[in-house]
Amino acid sequence: MQQALSNPHTRAKWRLVFARPIAMASATLLLLFVSVALLDSIHFRLAMPFQDKGEVEFQNEVKSVLDVVLVRILPAAETTYSAPLAQYSFSKETIRLEDGSTIRSYPRLQHGGAHLIGSRKPRAQDIAERLLLSVFEAVICSGILLLLLAALIKSERQESISIRAKEILVGTTTVPWRASLIVVFFIMVLVFVIINLGSVYHLFGTDKVGADVLYQAIKSIRTGITIGTVTTLIMLPVALALGMSAGYFGGRTDDIIQYFYTTLSSIPGVLLIASASLMLDLYMEQYEELFRSIAQRQDVRLLALCFILGITSWTGLCRLLRAEVLKLKEMDYVQAAHAFGVSQVLILLRHLLPNIMHIVLITIVLDFSGLVLAEAVLSYIGIGVDPTMESWGNMINRARLEMARDPMVWWSLATAFFFMLTLVLSANLFADAVRDAFDPRSH
Amino acid sequence: MIQYIIRRLFYSIPILIGVNLITFAIFFLVNSPDDVARMHLGTKYVTPEAVERWKQDHGYHLPLVYNQSASGVSRVTETIFYHKSFRLFLFDFGRSDSGRDIGHDVRQRMWPSLAIMIPMFLGGLIVNIAFALFMVFFRGTKIDFYAVVFCVLIMSISTLFFVIFAQYLFGKLFQMVPISGFVSGWSMWKFLLLPVVVGIVAGMGGTSRWYRTLFLEEVNKDYVRTARAKGMSEARVLFGHVFRNALIPILTGTVVVIPMLFMGSLIFESFFAIPGLGSYTIEAIQRQDFAIVRSMVFLGSVIYIVALLATDITYTWADPRIRLS
Amino acid sequence: MNNPLLTINNLSTWFQTAQGEARAVDGVSFALHRGETFALLGESGCGKSITALSVMRLVPEPAGRIVSGEVLLHEQNLLSLTEREMQSIRGRKIGMIFQEPQSSLNPVMSVGKQIKEVLDLHFSLSKVQAKRRTLELLDLVRIPDPDRRYREYPHQLSGGMKQRIMIAMALAGEPEILIADEPTTALDVTTQAQILSLLKQLQQETGMAMLLITHDLGVVAQVADRVAVMYAGHLVELAGQQDFFTQVAHPYTKKLFASLPTDVKRDRPLEIIRGSVPSLTQSFAGCRFANRCDFVQAKCEASEPPWQQLSSDHQARCFFPELRQPEGQKDSSLIVGTESNTQGVKLEIKNLQVHFPIHQGLMKRTAGYVYAVDGIDLTLEAGKTLALVGESGCGKTTVGKAILQLLRPTAGEVNFNGQDLTQLSQSQLRPMRRDFQFIFQDPYSSMNPRMLVEDILLEGMLAQNIGDNARQRAARVKTLLERVGLPAQAGSRYAHEFSGGQRQRICIARALAVEPKLIVCDEPTSALDVSVQAQILNLLKELQLEHGLSYLFITHNISVVEYLADEVAVMYLGRIVEQGSVRELLDSPKHPYTIALLAAVPKIEEERSMMKLQLGGEIPSPSNPPQGCHFHPRCAHATEQCRQTYPATTRISDSHEVRCHLFG
Repeated sequence: MQQALSNPHTRAKWRLVFARPIAMASATLLLLFVSVALLDSIHFRLAMPFQDKGEVEFQNEVKSVLDVVLVRILPAAETTYSAPLAQYSFSKETIRLEDGSTIRSYPRLQHGGAHLIGSRKPRAQDIAERLLLSVFEAVICSGILLLLLAALIKSERQESISIRAKEILVGTTTVPWRASLIVVFFIMVLVFVIINLGSVYHLFGTDKVGADVLYQAIKSIRTGITIGTVTTLIMLPVALALGMSAGYFGGRTDDIIQYFYTTLSSIPGVLLIASASLMLDLYMEQYEELFRSIAQRQDVRLLALCFILGITSWTGLCRLLRAEVLKLKEMDYVQAAHAFGVSQVLILLRHLLPNIMHIVLITIVLDFSGLVLAEAVLSYIGIGVDPTMESWGNMINRARLEMARDPMVWWSLATAFFFMLTLVLSANLFADAVRDAFDPRSH
Repeated sequence: MIQYIIRRLFYSIPILIGVNLITFAIFFLVNSPDDVARMHLGTKYVTPEAVERWKQDHGYHLPLVYNQSASGVSRVTETIFYHKSFRLFLFDFGRSDSGRDIGHDVRQRMWPSLAIMIPMFLGGLIVNIAFALFMVFFRGTKIDFYAVVFCVLIMSISTLFFVIFAQYLFGKLFQMVPISGFVSGWSMWKFLLLPVVVGIVAGMGGTSRWYRTLFLEEVNKDYVRTARAKGMSEARVLFGHVFRNALIPILTGTVVVIPMLFMGSLIFESFFAIPGLGSYTIEAIQRQDFAIVRSMVFLGSVIYIVALLATDITYTWADPRIRLS
Repeated sequence: MNNPLLTINNLSTWFQTAQGEARAVDGVSFALHRGETFALLGESGCGKSITALSVMRLVPEPAGRIVSGEVLLHEQNLLSLTEREMQSIRGRKIGMIFQEPQSSLNPVMSVGKQIKEVLDLHFSLSKVQAKRRTLELLDLVRIPDPDRRYREYPHQLSGGMKQRIMIAMALAGEPEILIADEPTTALDVTTQAQILSLLKQLQQETGMAMLLITHDLGVVAQVADRVAVMYAGHLVELAGQQDFFTQVAHPYTKKLFASLPTDVKRDRPLEIIRGSVPSLTQSFAGCRFANRCDFVQAKCEASEPPWQQLSSDHQARCFFPELRQPEGQKDSSLIVGTESNTQGVKLEIKNLQVHFPIHQGLMKRTAGYVYAVDGIDLTLEAGKTLALVGESGCGKTTVGKAILQLLRPTAGEVNFNGQDLTQLSQSQLRPMRRDFQFIFQDPYSSMNPRMLVEDILLEGMLAQNIGDNARQRAARVKTLLERVGLPAQAGSRYAHEFSGGQRQRICIARALAVEPKLIVCDEPTSALDVSVQAQILNLLKELQLEHGLSYLFITHNISVVEYLADEVAVMYLGRIVEQGSVRELLDSPKHPYTIALLAAVPKIEEERSMMKLQLGGEIPSPSNPPQGCHFHPRCAHATEQCRQTYPATTRISDSHEVRCHLFG
């Protein structure tokens, strides 16, 4: 494995990947998504504020680092729908005035735009000011980052930092740092917009129960990333082991493994997933007491979904690997190893495994975006993640009914669209670069 | 050839048995029929008698695989496995958990499914091949580059968005077509137009990019150079030589989906309220009607195996290297 | 000879590579006259094929582009035509055939259609006329039963047959010029002889001019009227056939001749060209061959030598074309000490059979066998070289693999040092494997691309427990690399960083690492250029003397056999038809197949004799060998007895035996 990943051959290929500005930009974005997902995966329970008995008691609710950060930044929930950056609620309500009379009007939001109460500043001006401030801050931060980068990147020539910074900006460095920096700049703008604007307004509005849409979208990142990665992690060892043994040992082993994956792949994927999740639902309903908290229930459901998706997706890779090993084992260098009396295990590990890793890699990156998209569809059908879990699929599912309202509630859907597109598009673009570099057929 | 087909059919029997066993395991070993009964009767506070009665009504009262109280053959046949799983081989789907005749439903609902899937499939095939050829013709130019970017963009957008957006734009805003619904007869085209077009567009990205790769692989082969050396124009090389060779993998990837068209599409049928097998399945999933889901799994697998067989036959027919050896 | 048909002036074609722009063709000029055969000779990478593609304007774009020059067909410059105008030239005025008939034909189109296509493009014939003309063309290229072949697909035809189809296709447009890019390189010698004589006859019949691209001096000697030698992107010598073979002028060409293995050079090392071809990404100030030339002088590196007219029909691009190596100078390094190490192991093969079952249907029932090796006996003494000669598909590689038990034989004995290897289990074999090793044909696929060269060399040592510790083994890797002529630092690099010849050296070092007694060499030089082949053959010969190695040398190259082998066995369709000492067998071959095989090898010394004894037909399938003597369907002397029974072995002398009824 180590041999497969760290050899100049492979390193040269990776250099080829990262020589593409688009790949560099998508990699930066993917890194952001993954970090958010990681932050959201570090869970803990807060200690109860009051400790009488000397021992620490913990709150029931499990929180992640991301929760803590977001709760501090984002405004608290409203009671119902509100449009992005709104000050007033989306629907009319009966409001009791101070003199006791009631009128029907759009009530002021409790949190969104609450800082403007009592101030004369118009909302548009406030928003514009905060936007400008965000851009300004982003420019400064990116500038600092540029200088840091210029100081850090290795260079044979001993030129000054300013010259190297200029090179980065003009885009003449071998690794296209500029592309990455541009993306970082936009991310910075976004972060500062969230901090400056998203903290006092609901940047993407609120949903039916008044929850902040931005919060849901950010929380959904972890769901998407988990499905994309954990599924692969589950199916990879199975596909590798079975695919390699089928191809290498042939005969009876091959027959059994082939029968196994042909049978599994005969069942239409969606239906297999549907059956398995229905059964899981039933099981979890019957044994409710096993799952103490909602979060736990959600995570079990999520893992189970990854597992089911893994079962339906390993057959393709297994088939590919089998075919490749079948081809490789006739290669002269494998024959040469036989001629030296090298053991079969060593031949598998040293000669076959490293030479099929490119297929594994290409499959992993190509599958990732497909899995993220699949989550949305499955959740929409009702066989995906737990309905209470934050996920883009669930957001879309809820938003579908809102589209029928008049005037339309479009922001939930738009936010889910925006987040999903960003993740899947950058994953696809990155996968493209990886495939072009590693697939021998693409030359 | 007929001998070949018969032999292939013969070999698909063990696979079908495997599928049958897997579905049986999923549906009856994870949760007992008692659990299913309790769920249908509303989980809490159900008397054992009610559970027993529900099982009796729906044929789940028998033992799973072996009936000790029966004698002879019925020790094996008077079981859940025989009634609920094995009978599927005879295309006897039995009754759904809500008491409907599944076989009858399937026969009725496959037509709307076909009505939407066939135009979507044919249209998609034409559009994808045409678009792939377009990209290959302009290979290495900016046009090709932006076309590929376009494909990747389409691939990156979930089908759900295409559907929702199209329904809003053409159904609600422009009111060009009905948002959803279905009628039989010739006027059904009004209801089919939007889902078919959306289906084609949503599937375009991945497929035409894949076709493009297939074409490009062929373009770099030696026989293409030979064709050029004959004095053929680029277009003739593309249509006369490259196309026919690339068609073989395209064909095999295409034939496999034809039988699957019967099963309909879960997403399109549910969004556009088309009473096909796709929406049938979704409704069953949402009502947790296991009998229907189980039947659909088996039906889907049978159809898939038929599809694989059809693919192999097409392959031998399309490729002289296989046909004649 | 006054009005050239095709004139190429100062043609340059450059290619975009990772290292920069490579000047694959850099200022090539020559003229092609009506009815003549002009050979463009050069080693791989010299730019000869790119020159041909440039003439057709088929250089793969955008990687390659024609940067300058003219290609005049009559008076018309092809490089200034539009693409559409060029399409009416291709196939009509200039036809082209390629090296690999296998991949050059469209696999899903019947061959008749592929030929007819040319007619449809360039002539306005009716359907019936076009079909009739196609059948005529098939007949013209001597394809039997044209009606049936018309409907067949490429995979149903043999390699030679496919090349005939390619020729028919090129001739369909009745071109004035035929460009043949290594037309026989992928074919066996007997098929090569058929194709070459066919081309020559067709040329006489049609009067077309032929531009023959080749690396084979023998082929040039057989068919060319004029020769141009190409080196590093430009021409270095241009001569009529007579002058070329009698008064070769350029030092590079001289070296090419000297590095050819022949029997007269047996006892001394072959001459080699030192160094390697310079990178084509640079622009040259001096002579491109200067860094490898034995006669290099200051002038050579300072300025580019101009063309020197040596006779009316001979010119060379060299300042000192008259300088010659004194004869016999190299004799000082005569290889001595033969018979040094004859005691020790002996390989004895008795009735070796390898049959591959043909599985049919999904139940995989056995429907028949491929009789790849069908009962052969061989004996190889220690320190000797036995050459196993035969055409592709005769089973010679299978013999090699079966001896090493890489393939388990169906029957027979492989006695090595008195032990029958076929009776040993894999684990019993494992410790014995250090005694016998294999060198593969393709130096590119025989080394794991993900392993360092030192790990490749260490692999065998570790598996066979050679060397006590890591330090000893590392030292041994260094010694081995130096022994095969590579720098010690080569160990920390990857195989793909080396050239073909260097890779084959690494493969030899890898085999040597376990101190084997027998090495099976499976066509180790057939993928290499002649000058590189000479280096490898020298190395193998030296190592044999140093270590007393035995070689089983599998080859189809008779000149290598002449140079290297002590004994020869000729194989045809899974059986050995004749075997004996190299002298006896090559000087007085007995079996009609051996005679035909030797006659088919194009030789440079010989008088040109195109119509000499030629072997017709094709090698039959080893799954269904003919009854009786396998060779009888192609044999001119076949009798009724030959059709009935396979001939027994006849002893011609103590060291020469043949299996043929003519001698029975």
